[in-house]
Amino acid sequence: MNELPQQLVNGLLLGSMYGLVAIGYTMVYGIVQLINFAHGEIFMTGAFGALTVWLWLPGGTSMWLALPLMIIGAIVVAVAIAVGAERFAYRPLRTAPRLAPLITAIGLSLALQQAVWAWYPEAKSARTFPQIDGGPFEIGSVTIQTGDIFLVLAAPISMAILAYFVMKTRTGRGMQATAQDPDTAKLMGVNTDRIIVIAFALGAAFAAVGAVAYGLKYGEINFRMGFILGLKAFTAAVLGGIGNIYGAMIGGVVLGVAETLATAYISDIPGMDKFGSQSWADVWAFVLLILVLLFRPQGLLGERVADRA
Amino acid sequence: MTALLEVEDLRVAYGKIEAVKGISFKVEAGQVVTLIGTNGAGKTTTLRTLSGLLKPVGGQIKFNGKSLKKIPPHQVVSLGLAHSPEGRHIFPRMSIEDNLRLGAFLRNDKPGIEKDIQRAYDLFPILGERRKQAAGTLSGGEQQMLAMGRALMSQPKLLMLDEPSMGLSPIMMQKIMATIAELKSQGMTILLIEQNAQAALSLADQGHVMEVGNIVLSGTGQDLLHDESVRKAYLGED
Repeated sequence: MNELPQQLVNGLLLGSMYGLVAIGYTMVYGIVQLINFAHGEIFMTGAFGALTVWLWLPGGTSMWLALPLMIIGAIVVAVAIAVGAERFAYRPLRTAPRLAPLITAIGLSLALQQAVWAWYPEAKSARTFPQIDGGPFEIGSVTIQTGDIFLVLAAPISMAILAYFVMKTRTGRGMQATAQDPDTAKLMGVNTDRIIVIAFALGAAFAAVGAVAYGLKYGEINFRMGFILGLKAFTAAVLGGIGNIYGAMIGGVVLGVAETLATAYISDIPGMDKFGSQSWADVWAFVLLILVLLFRPQGLLGERVADRA
Repeated sequence: MTALLEVEDLRVAYGKIEAVKGISFKVEAGQVVTLIGTNGAGKTTTLRTLSGLLKPVGGQIKFNGKSLKKIPPHQVVSLGLAHSPEGRHIFPRMSIEDNLRLGAFLRNDKPGIEKDIQRAYDLFPILGERRKQAAGTLSGGEQQMLAMGRALMSQPKLLMLDEPSMGLSPIMMQKIMATIAELKSQGMTILLIEQNAQAALSLADQGHVMEVGNIVLSGTGQDLLHDESVRKAYLGED
């Protein structure tokens, strides 16, 4: 049986989850040239926000009713933390050398992990995430797991909302202007401080949607989940061309597909049979990052700009 | 009658270094006023302070009777002060039309915005022909036209132009200067910084010569054009 279509779909789904998280890295970088390394943890807190809402709801609530509320809970928590981080951790450092906010981001990332570990009930080990009933769904020879149905819907809808916002709304145009030339954007009347807050908030909201997808996909969440996933999403953002929001989604999908196909097929190559297991998936993702940095540092959709990291 | 713009004893510093050391001048409605002087005289610093990008350390700026000192840059434009910055600073990855729309960022009158975009295309037909093109692909002169058109989109009471002819070919420079003259004839109030002192003074009602942060000489455009020291220093005559 040819399992390639199945592997491609698996990669596409995994990749669109990376893409949802990657949007936050790329948006914030595009506006303030900061790699917000705490973004993976903002994603993680979103998952715990969703879980909290689930635990508040009376037992036996239908998942179809609970899910929208859980998404809102995830977004509220992630956005609040991201906006708070911008206001109190990053804004005071806006004129500092670039290294200072970067170190702050890493510190914040550890602090958020530890805060959830210490204070969220029973979060010292993984917590079960509620699941959608029914499924899996068969389309021809391809099976989509029940937990992934959410991604099938949420990823394209999120992308459409984002594209509409950035291209068609006034705030979106102000955001593009701020990314291209912040001082001149101010001369046009764009309140760039507000744009920066919106960039953090939007990135967090998409990460929160990604966090719900993660919980549904893997069935459990934990305080460390943002670390590897954050790195993968960052890889996706770099892969697509950091600063480019479409690049984030495309980079995510390319990364997801590459990782899935490598895991599935690399052991077929003579002499590579040791490297085919799932535990090598992360390695292939980061090999891809290294290759991109070597051969196309501006990313797939990025422009050649001298001062971009 | 009070002037549209009144600058009094304005001082601006970068750290401990004073770049503008207490200058005063006025711009009356309908006038073209020019600041000339060498690089480093403080002309660009003055404009960037007027539009709020830099904070003054002393002095007063009154625009339309209102003090601008505490107003953040993104609100200055809504008071009617538009600034076309040195080096043009168009948004390179946006289309020409989107650049113009950004000039009208704070306006809500859609039909008025469409009319003004058309007016910008009438003023600079080449922009209309390339309206969908990314602004970064334009030539220097065309980018300057776009920067001016964009500044006009806010319906300013005062248009500040910083070195509009910088780096342009002589033909393009003439074209830009002719456009400034046309705007003047339409009654636009303009504060102009120019390295091409000859062209700027010929257009200007009032001129001020700046040297290392001070205004050292003021007069009508014609007076300065015929002033011996100005001719020597800025018009390349001996």
